[in-house]
Amino acid sequence: MSMTETVKGESGAMKEEVFSLRDVSVYYGNNLAVDSVNLPIYKNEITALIGPSGCGKSTILRSLNRMNDLIPGAKVTGEVKYHGEDIYGPTVDPVQVRKIIGMVFQKPNPFPKSIYDNIAFGPRTIGMKGDMDEIVENALRSAALWDEVKDRLKDNAYGMSGGQQQRLVIARAIAVSPDVILMDEPCSALDPVSTFKIEDLMNELKQSYTIVIVTHNMQQAARVADRTAFFTVSSDDEAGSRIGVLVEHDETDKIFSTPKNEKTRDYVTGRFG
Amino acid sequence: MASSLTRVPNRAGAAVAGARATVRGGFVKQGSWADVGRAAFVGLMMIALSVAVIAIFAILAWAFVEGRTRLDLDLLTNGPSTARRATAGYSVAIVGTLQIIAGVIAVIVPLGTGAAIYLEQFADRSKWYNRLIELNIQNLAGVPSIVFGILGLAFFVRGPFSWGQVAAAGSATIALLVLPTVILASREAIRAVPSSILEGSLALGVTRWQAVRKQVLPAAFPGILTGIILAISRAIGEAAPLLLVGALTFVTFYPSFFEGGFSALPVLIYNYAGRAQVEFQILAAAGVLLMLVILLAINSVAIWLRARYERTW
Amino acid sequence: MSSSTVQSAWSGSSTGRSLQADSPRYGEKIIIGFLFLTSAVSVAVTTAIVIALFQPLPGFFSEISIVEFFTETEWSPGYSDPKYGVWPIVVGTFIVVITAMIVAIPLGLLSAIYLSEYAPDRVRKTIKPVLEVLEGIPTVATGLFAFFWLRPFLEYLTPWLPWSGLFSTGVAGVAVGLIIIPLVASVSDDAMRSVPRSLREGAYALGASKMRVALRVVVPAAISGIIAAFVLGASRAVGETMVVLLVAGAGSPSLSFNPFEGIQTMTAYIASRATGEIAVGTIVYDTIFAVGALLFLTTLVFNIIAIRFVEKFREVYD
Repeated sequence: MSMTETVKGESGAMKEEVFSLRDVSVYYGNNLAVDSVNLPIYKNEITALIGPSGCGKSTILRSLNRMNDLIPGAKVTGEVKYHGEDIYGPTVDPVQVRKIIGMVFQKPNPFPKSIYDNIAFGPRTIGMKGDMDEIVENALRSAALWDEVKDRLKDNAYGMSGGQQQRLVIARAIAVSPDVILMDEPCSALDPVSTFKIEDLMNELKQSYTIVIVTHNMQQAARVADRTAFFTVSSDDEAGSRIGVLVEHDETDKIFSTPKNEKTRDYVTGRFG
Repeated sequence: MASSLTRVPNRAGAAVAGARATVRGGFVKQGSWADVGRAAFVGLMMIALSVAVIAIFAILAWAFVEGRTRLDLDLLTNGPSTARRATAGYSVAIVGTLQIIAGVIAVIVPLGTGAAIYLEQFADRSKWYNRLIELNIQNLAGVPSIVFGILGLAFFVRGPFSWGQVAAAGSATIALLVLPTVILASREAIRAVPSSILEGSLALGVTRWQAVRKQVLPAAFPGILTGIILAISRAIGEAAPLLLVGALTFVTFYPSFFEGGFSALPVLIYNYAGRAQVEFQILAAAGVLLMLVILLAINSVAIWLRARYERTW
Repeated sequence: MSSSTVQSAWSGSSTGRSLQADSPRYGEKIIIGFLFLTSAVSVAVTTAIVIALFQPLPGFFSEISIVEFFTETEWSPGYSDPKYGVWPIVVGTFIVVITAMIVAIPLGLLSAIYLSEYAPDRVRKTIKPVLEVLEGIPTVATGLFAFFWLRPFLEYLTPWLPWSGLFSTGVAGVAVGLIIIPLVASVSDDAMRSVPRSLREGAYALGASKMRVALRVVVPAAISGIIAAFVLGASRAVGETMVVLLVAGAGSPSLSFNPFEGIQTMTAYIASRATGEIAVGTIVYDTIFAVGALLFLTTLVFNIIAIRFVEKFREVYD
């Protein structure tokens, strides 16, 4: 297979690949869920995975931080390389992988503790050195939540609104200083105002982190993503099973204005999906 | 066995059968006979429920009516005595029960919660030994209590431990008896914690044990505690296994854990009840009352805990 | 894109972080090992029970023929001319269980139907704990109540029946039945509540009354789970000791099917032999283990049957 290509970014500088997926397939037991994905993820960019439901975008996202390991019978083949090292390699520690590659889930899942303890849990448990108050404040500031909660850090996180909880969860993920933040449909359970706040936040965060987001909302991808990857379901198996495949990936405006594949064109123009 | 695994779920069949039964019966019958039938059915159900409730009150009433003349302090402070029948009491048995319960707690808390944590969070269910463990626990929950008494007799009183007929043997026997229910209740409490909490923890890069210890267990704690309290409540009332382990001897002195004879509340009640003199029969009823009051107190604590700390996720 | 430089895939690793674990975490491995051991205790307990019950048996059955054990109809181990036919106490257990089922099946099932199909949520939440109370009353208390009040009361209600003596196996069965009502009710209730709403709603939409839905749709749909409830109740009745000790008494050596007599059950026999005067290590003493093994096997079979029914039920609705 061809080697990693480095690509020139807009300004002409070389873009760095954070992830390089090579022929990545995911099986649940004997069922193939996603087939042969080849995809680069570049540093300090927002990459969106879009496509109709059931096409494996969340599955691929979860394979980037080995969360699929938690599902009994799940198997990942191919290579998922983080800065050149396969995260499924024999000497790799999945716990370490998840420290570096964080995740935010679709439904906000704060812990049943105070706001402060939610943020502090990660750093404390992994043994991060430093002043905990400072770490918590920095994380909350990065998530654009500090001003709203600085006077009630001891309050239970469950008292927050959905949008605030999601930002809390983002702050929680940031607190352990990851390189990458994966987001699995982070706004689908939120109202439009919260959604825009989080999209703004993503644009700020990408300066320090690499972000990969799964979204079923095309317009959101068009708004925030630098690159977009379009997945779809291929059901030309005799058994009629649904297998997710990557159709194409490119810079976002190219995907939406001049897609190379007609399936992509059908999806982004709303003809199906 | 193979055929039952490949059977297609028969929801459709059940639905059709239900629809057929309804249509065959016709629409809701207008007409007083059908109404009477339905009302009679409701009446029957009410009677059924009342029987259970009445039984509870009848037992309480019996204990109170028969035992009320001995509801005095001597009941608690005096020990058994064949000579001074009118002032004999349960002091020795209360101490014995306390010792037994202390031992039970010491065993079921680590073993019960440990097993529950392992089975819920760390066991790979595809491995045969883990399935064997689960099968075992399920089986033990249905073994008669007197068989546990035989176990205690063969292993703790005699056999490998050879402690003799002492409180420690009774304690260990009862601990093993209630252990399966503690494991079951703790597993349910752990399972009730949403997996999103565990997922969110793991996604931060903590190990599974760290996530379980710092997030899942604290969240499951009220449920686990309730389960333990209910197990203790059951342990207090168990007599049959203790008969096998030697608690029936008419002990008149305070037991020590590893030496000498011992007694327990339900066993001494049984002992008194078997005696001919009426004072002892009154004493038996009074003992029942005492035991029920203690159990009521403990169960109320459990119910209060459950209500106060139960979280709807 | 032809101007892009193809570099080796290893290029960016200077900015990537290590994926190796930063510590071997031995402490955790030990803890998980300890947790495994705590679960393995259950296997040890079962093994111990099997050893305790079956180890004396080869010695026992070398003196008492198995044939006699299972065919003789007199049970008199402590007597001067001892007979070792186990049937009398098996029949005693059997009478208690049958009577208990006669009481618990209708009362338990009706209660369950009410709880599952009729009771509003608030009522359900108060009644379920009340039933749990009945289950939680120590059996020595229920036994004493049955001996001192229930038996005279039933005798008063039905003086024409052939009551005799102080002990009655039938009354013991009634008392045991009361004790297992909550078990039968709660397992049946669980089974009925697992029946999908859509089945009920289909029938309601056709105009069926609540009673018809309950009896013709829900109960048949839940029948495997309900039968499992009955079998579990029977198993519990087989194993009950204190009530039968107090109410059914010690019986006589010969076989009897009369519920108005006191007949000893397997459990009562074990308890009285163990608290009796016979010396340890004798054949008479070892009857404890022979009867105990029989008791264990009986409840084991019942429990396996119950589990099979539960699995059959889950198969359809999970």
